[in-house]
Amino acid sequence: MSAALVYARDSRDQTVRHLRALWRQPWWIVVTLMQPIIWLLLFGALFEKVVEIPGFTSDNYLTFLAPGVVVMTALFASGWAGMPVIEDLERGVMDRFLVTPVRRGSLITGRLAQGAISMLIQSVIIVVLALIVGATFPGGVQGVLALFVLATLLGTIFGSLSIGMALIVRHEETLIAIVTGITLPLTFLSTAFMQKSLMPGWMRVVSDANPVNWAIEAGREAVSAGTDWAFVASRAGFLLALAIVCGAFATRAFRAYQKSV
Amino acid sequence: MDYAIEARDLRKTYPGDVRALDGLDFAVEPGTVFGLLGPNGAGKSTTVKILTTLTLADAGTATVAGHDVVRDPDAVRRAIGVVAQKAGVDREATGRENLRLQGQVYGMRGRALEQRIDELLERFGLTEAADLIGRTYSGGMQRRLDIAMALVHRPSVLFLDEPTTGLDPEVRADMWREIERLSSDHGITVLLTTHYLEEADRLAKQLAIVDRGTVVARGTPEELKGDLHGDAVVVELERAYNGEVTRALDRVDGLREISVEGTALRARSDDGARAVPHVLQALEAGGVQVTSVTVARPSLDDVYLRHAGRTFDAAEHETETKQMEENR
Repeated sequence: MSAALVYARDSRDQTVRHLRALWRQPWWIVVTLMQPIIWLLLFGALFEKVVEIPGFTSDNYLTFLAPGVVVMTALFASGWAGMPVIEDLERGVMDRFLVTPVRRGSLITGRLAQGAISMLIQSVIIVVLALIVGATFPGGVQGVLALFVLATLLGTIFGSLSIGMALIVRHEETLIAIVTGITLPLTFLSTAFMQKSLMPGWMRVVSDANPVNWAIEAGREAVSAGTDWAFVASRAGFLLALAIVCGAFATRAFRAYQKSV
Repeated sequence: MDYAIEARDLRKTYPGDVRALDGLDFAVEPGTVFGLLGPNGAGKSTTVKILTTLTLADAGTATVAGHDVVRDPDAVRRAIGVVAQKAGVDREATGRENLRLQGQVYGMRGRALEQRIDELLERFGLTEAADLIGRTYSGGMQRRLDIAMALVHRPSVLFLDEPTTGLDPEVRADMWREIERLSSDHGITVLLTTHYLEEADRLAKQLAIVDRGTVVARGTPEELKGDLHGDAVVVELERAYNGEVTRALDRVDGLREISVEGTALRARSDDGARAVPHVLQALEAGGVQVTSVTVARPSLDDVYLRHAGRTFDAAEHETETKQMEENR
């Protein structure tokens, strides 16, 4: 069998393992869906009047908010990707795989693939929920699909970062501190809740360099009427490039772990 | 002769100048159980990590099942099964799922794999628990699953790193029987590391005693004990004496290596039972009061004492103290 096939086979087997573990924790699914529901319902109600601010272009705050909630959910879910890696290290599961001929990369891609699949499912649920509470997606199905792709790319970036950090710090509390310390500021330094033209000047500058904002702005553009696809494609390109860099980082961290055994 | 495992002059130093291996050498004949015996921190686990391709040695060479661990790690990985100190069972998957993934990693598929899984579940008494989640398994069950997983692809060399540490005595006895069966029924070469003298004595056909990263003695357990020539005679004295004890024993023939530590008198004799009345007589004549006498065949503890210059317990204690200092 060719090397690429073995790699694909090993990655699939690992993905199945992780999806199954997730499926067996129904509470995890409930908890991760609680957060987007809170964003949508609570923030949707709290900031309802934002649309009345002069200069706010949308007339429905939920429509404005929904793409951001999809992206944020992918961000937060992927941020925790490193936690089960630490558990595998502590329980000896990682070492068990490393003494077999399993393709090393599949131990990372398996987790990223599982993350992408669960993110897609969550995204579908959020979009349906948003429709129920009154958001609209004028860009239609293709716009929503583009939003999913953008969210998944962002999830892959932060999933790789989280896995890489897990392999370096190897300590759950430290990882929790790092993940929270990165994801929350990035969320509030984006246009998830507020239109860019109404943000303070410095924040606008920062948000231009914020990958979370790339995904949110491009996602919002994709689901709106009269999509500027060139803009969506450029942001998707940025995200893809960053995903490759972060994937390389996770791979390097994995090699460093193997050297330290 | 082609050895199943051959380690030559292995050296490894961990960051912080911790010398784990300092020129370790040994070779294992195919189809036998070989024991690496030593206290915690002697370098046994590092040796296993090098031989199973988990880590690289700084210097030295090693082959397993005829393959060089550095030049051809994948061939080594296909030939070996490993039971590490940490169970490595996926606690979120069932026993059967753990075995299945383990087989898939070696390219096993379909009916052949499912049959092999059933066979192993049966053999390790896990058939009823096969579809329960790993988290619900007891320590002994996890260990058995662990060994079953290591055997799924029918390896020719099996590594057992401290396989009975943390198990209660009954489970340990079961495990010993299983290990004996592996080499006798299946012809697998087993490398066993242990810090239990009793375990090495019972299971290992050949033994290497490891101390401070190097092999200090090797041979069959019987040879090693036979080298000590004779039985240990231990006399418990009523109180600590000064020179009286050794002076009194001067007259007893065939008594060697006499040492007194507090109220414990140790000596060695070719025939311990015959020496006891003479020893007691001499001590009484010398005015030394005795509370008890024991005669013991030489144990591996005596062997260790002889080659490493300290008792096994003292060595274990030393590593523990060192670790505590490092953790501080």
